Amino acid sequence: MKQVFGKTNVLSANPTHYCPGCDHGVVHRLIAESLEELEVADRSIGVAPVGCSVFAYDYFNIDFNQAAHGRAPAVATGIKRTRPDSIVFTYQGDGDLAAIGTAEIIHAANRGENITVVFINNGIYGMTGGQMAPTTLVGMKTQTSPYGRDAATMGSPIRVSEIIATLESPAYVTRVTVNNIANQIKTKKAIKNAFTLQKEKKGFSFVEIVCICPTNWGKKPTDAHKWLTENMLPVFPLGTFKDIHGIEKA
Amino acid sequence: MAKVLMKGNEALGEAAILAGCRYYFGYPITPQSELPAYLAKRLPQVDGVFVQAESEVSAINMVYGAASAGARVMTSSSSPGISLKQEGISYIAGAELPCLIVNVMRGGPGLGNINPSQSDYWQATRGGGHGDYRTLVMAPNSVQEMADFTLAAFEYADRFRNPVLMLSDGVLGQMMEPVVMPAPKDYDMDSKKWSLGYTGKDKTARNLCTSIFMGQEELEEHNWSLYQKYQVITDFFKANKDLAVEEYLCDDAEVVLVGYGIISRILKTVVEKCRKRGIKAGLVRPKVLWPFPSDVFAKLADKASKFLVVEMSYGQMVEDVKLAVEGKKPVYFFGRTGGAVPSDFEILNEVDKIVRPD
Ligand SMILES: Cc1ncc(C[n+]2csc(CCOP(=O)(O)OP(=O)(O)O)c2C)c(N)n1
Repeated sequence: MKQVFGKTNVLSANPTHYCPGCDHGVVHRLIAESLEELEVADRSIGVAPVGCSVFAYDYFNIDFNQAAHGRAPAVATGIKRTRPDSIVFTYQGDGDLAAIGTAEIIHAANRGENITVVFINNGIYGMTGGQMAPTTLVGMKTQTSPYGRDAATMGSPIRVSEIIATLESPAYVTRVTVNNIANQIKTKKAIKNAFTLQKEKKGFSFVEIVCICPTNWGKKPTDAHKWLTENMLPVFPLGTFKDIHGIEKA
Repeated sequence: MAKVLMKGNEALGEAAILAGCRYYFGYPITPQSELPAYLAKRLPQVDGVFVQAESEVSAINMVYGAASAGARVMTSSSSPGISLKQEGISYIAGAELPCLIVNVMRGGPGLGNINPSQSDYWQATRGGGHGDYRTLVMAPNSVQEMADFTLAAFEYADRFRNPVLMLSDGVLGQMMEPVVMPAPKDYDMDSKKWSLGYTGKDKTARNLCTSIFMGQEELEEHNWSLYQKYQVITDFFKANKDLAVEEYLCDDAEVVLVGYGIISRILKTVVEKCRKRGIKAGLVRPKVLWPFPSDVFAKLADKASKFLVVEMSYGQMVEDVKLAVEGKKPVYFFGRTGGAVPSDFEILNEVDKIVRPD
């Protein structure tokens, strides 16, 4: 029989700690496959955030650093400047990247650090039990917005990709999702594009992935993906906001 | 090497380069700005990296990243900025990474002022950040020592895999003195086989840098292993007393003056003036503030009759001296705070008061 699918060696055999149906596992696989296919795994260094993916390093057979909450882009800067031939990426949630770590992401992008940032936007703080994130939709109920997010006092969802794309330096800024197989394939393309640019020392790449958090959204994974499609994507439109080297057309 | 006239901040910067440090991450603040300015010029000349970070928080996390990748790396700041670095220092200590952090102390609390001060002693020696950890703290008292201690600091940091804090102040940072630059050291970051991005043939497993240990037993074990390392550091300085402390005319001293950093220079003058007046005074000057050279004080407490601790704060190190003296002899304190530097005359007055109480 012909083998049509296999687990990449860049992923470890550790059992997952993520909730059933969580998108983190899918994105981990896409990253691992991309590093393997680009033949850079042996010189790749990941930076794990504070959030559900704090233990991301348990699932990758590559060097890893675990950063303080929000500081992964600064940590990645230090690593990349020291080991410029490594492939360095951060993996961050929306609390980590879009709230406490806003300064770090903006300035790493603006310096044009030759790193890749994978940004998991699930509209909520997962690890701490479902509090409001900067990306939480208006009206959405969370532990800390029990009456729904009120735009007048709590602000509206921050669109990070659009903000990053206003800067001169970043090479590649794109928003994708993993809500179905077709989009997972597109997400893998985007991740591979980002790492390819980094490999060619072409600058800062940013891949935002709109994801679900079935546990804290209080939904079954299938319902959550449907909810994502109907509610998240209108607020966070998919698309590429910046591609200065035209990698998507290459 | 010939003597050159340099500011303390610049001497420290040049010494860092001689120590093999090629990475600096920092954010501007007075009175340490000459140091990043110097390195911004010098590091590119030696294929080094200088990054002006967006904040002290980012700077210390860049240090964390670079140290995890094997760099000899440093950052510097003054008091308010050092407060911002504390979370990062805690992570660096927890992950057992070597680096140099320089605090050119200014007046606090809050924004305080930009005058020299020693009011960050507690922050420096008690941890500052969260958790069970220790930072090795060095206290130079001259421009020459700003240079010499920097070379030593990088060696200690690597040897103990621990952050080292250089506790300087606005006077030491900004004053000019002749200095002989120490001999350069070779440094090869691939000597750190644990570092991220190390790709030597002998690498058998991936390298990981983390400070999270979820299990209670796991973290307890980690913390006790840190504790044991701190014991090793303490024993090292006990065995090498000359590296940790300077004693001046203490053998027959009745009153022992105690001070670190720039204050110790003034105290030396005071001791000499006391001796001329027939007061048997001596000086103990800790060069390393953590681990504190307690045993030196414990021994002196059996001989001397009084201690006078002088600081540019309203009294922080004095607590360590009292702990070491264990109530055997009275420990007096004199301090100026808010950026004031006490004069030898003021201190002499204090000595008079405690030696000849009315
Ligand atoms: C300095 C600091 N503040 C707060 C926390 C607590 N904390 C842990 S995870 C987290 C939120 C993470 O949410 P997100 O980044 O959205 O990632 P997710 O868990 O959803 O994957 C917070 C606030 C912390 N560990 N450190």
